[in-house]
Amino acid sequence: MPVLRIPTPLRAYTNGQSEVNVTGSNISDALADLTTQYPALKPHLFNEGDELRPFVNLFVGENNIKDLQGVNTPIRDSEKIMLIPSIAGGANVT
Amino acid sequence: MLPELSRDEILRYSRHLLIPEVGLEGQRKLKNSSVLIIGTGGLGSPVALYLAAAGIGRIGLVDYDTVDSSNLQRQVIHGTSTVGKLKVESARDKLLDLNPGIQVDVYNEPYTSENALRIAKEYDIILDGTDNFPTRYLTNDVAVFLGKPNVYASIYRFDGQVSVFYAKEGPCYRCLFPEPPPPGLVPSCAEGGVLGVLPGTIGTLQATEALKILLGIGEPLIGKLLLYNALDMSFDFVKLKKHPNCRVCGPNADIKELIDYEAFCGVPSHDHEEGSAGATWDITATELAERVMTNHLKLLDVREPHELEISRLPEAANIPLGQLAGRLSELDSAEEMVVFCKGGTRSARALELLVSAGFKKVKNLKGGINAWAKEVDNNLPVY
Repeated sequence: MPVLRIPTPLRAYTNGQSEVNVTGSNISDALADLTTQYPALKPHLFNEGDELRPFVNLFVGENNIKDLQGVNTPIRDSEKIMLIPSIAGGANVT
Repeated sequence: MLPELSRDEILRYSRHLLIPEVGLEGQRKLKNSSVLIIGTGGLGSPVALYLAAAGIGRIGLVDYDTVDSSNLQRQVIHGTSTVGKLKVESARDKLLDLNPGIQVDVYNEPYTSENALRIAKEYDIILDGTDNFPTRYLTNDVAVFLGKPNVYASIYRFDGQVSVFYAKEGPCYRCLFPEPPPPGLVPSCAEGGVLGVLPGTIGTLQATEALKILLGIGEPLIGKLLLYNALDMSFDFVKLKKHPNCRVCGPNADIKELIDYEAFCGVPSHDHEEGSAGATWDITATELAERVMTNHLKLLDVREPHELEISRLPEAANIPLGQLAGRLSELDSAEEMVVFCKGGTRSARALELLVSAGFKKVKNLKGGINAWAKEVDNNLPVY
């Protein structure tokens, strides 16, 4: 089963899980499974038109799906998928 | 012509001179080099300290802030004795104590579209030690326009990212992140905080990359992004490519000059003012203290549960901002209500949400529970 690594800022929406096992043969299916398991994640990944938000980067192994076949990028069973967020931390939270 | 090293400098840098990859020539290159460090906070502290110690001839520091005691958990260039001082001056004094043979230029001003190109053009390398998206995009675009390497790092809680964005040889920050996340979406503003040692780990990696580039040794992180997680103690690398449609470094780039980065990101980069929802919606802590004496008022605390352990108003209900939209049914829209958080920014956002849901009698506690602790109840800590 492919494993999707959840970055710290999004773990609030996966009950603190850092990795989620997903089903599917491509990224699109894997994300559909992920957001079915954790619906609160959906608005963080997709816009109102169900398109992946531009600041959401997904990597299969070392490669950005934007450099492969986008959400149609196939994934193998043992593949590690990483969700890479833009972060800017350290500022004072008010 | 590279500058010569003095007798004192040869002794000072002897451990560098003993490494063949650096050697006398490398050390002279460093003496001849200049770096600009944007921010003298968590990342800027180790970056500046190690680059000064390494003998970089000229270091520029940009920051407009003053040292606060809440900085010292991670910003190790400053100290208790410099609380209240300008950060750039506190940092300069420390650097010149560490290495009096270098030049330290200070820019006590926000880094903005108006001054950034003028400041940055003087330096060989730019190091991004910023803590907000507008300044991060500005730093990237300045580096692209000036054709300089941007040694990037970013931190969040236990996570760090490091890369070298150098548009002449690889992708820029915008190739990876064409747009910032909308305010309040990712990461949630309610989830701040950073492990104090994290910027130490990440900043020293950033300094390492800068030294490699200046010396022309090793493989800089151009086209590669390092992802670090302190809890897993994991280092992952991914490949980055130039994005063909990048708006600043792509072949059809349409951004040719610096823009309004605060508008682009939808957030202010310089947050000196206490959280406010605007005069119509604000109530000060002192006013609130008077009101609660005479009126029944519902108090709604929108902070995270772990923040309540630091300070709380016992009569307040708690619904974290992230849960508010789904829990509106717990609140009575006819009741008078004052919303608060730590400093007033999250509660201002909560107020917007409540007003759009039909709540009419809501106010925002300006400056949050910290203002209450300062103005009304000195037994409560400020954090």
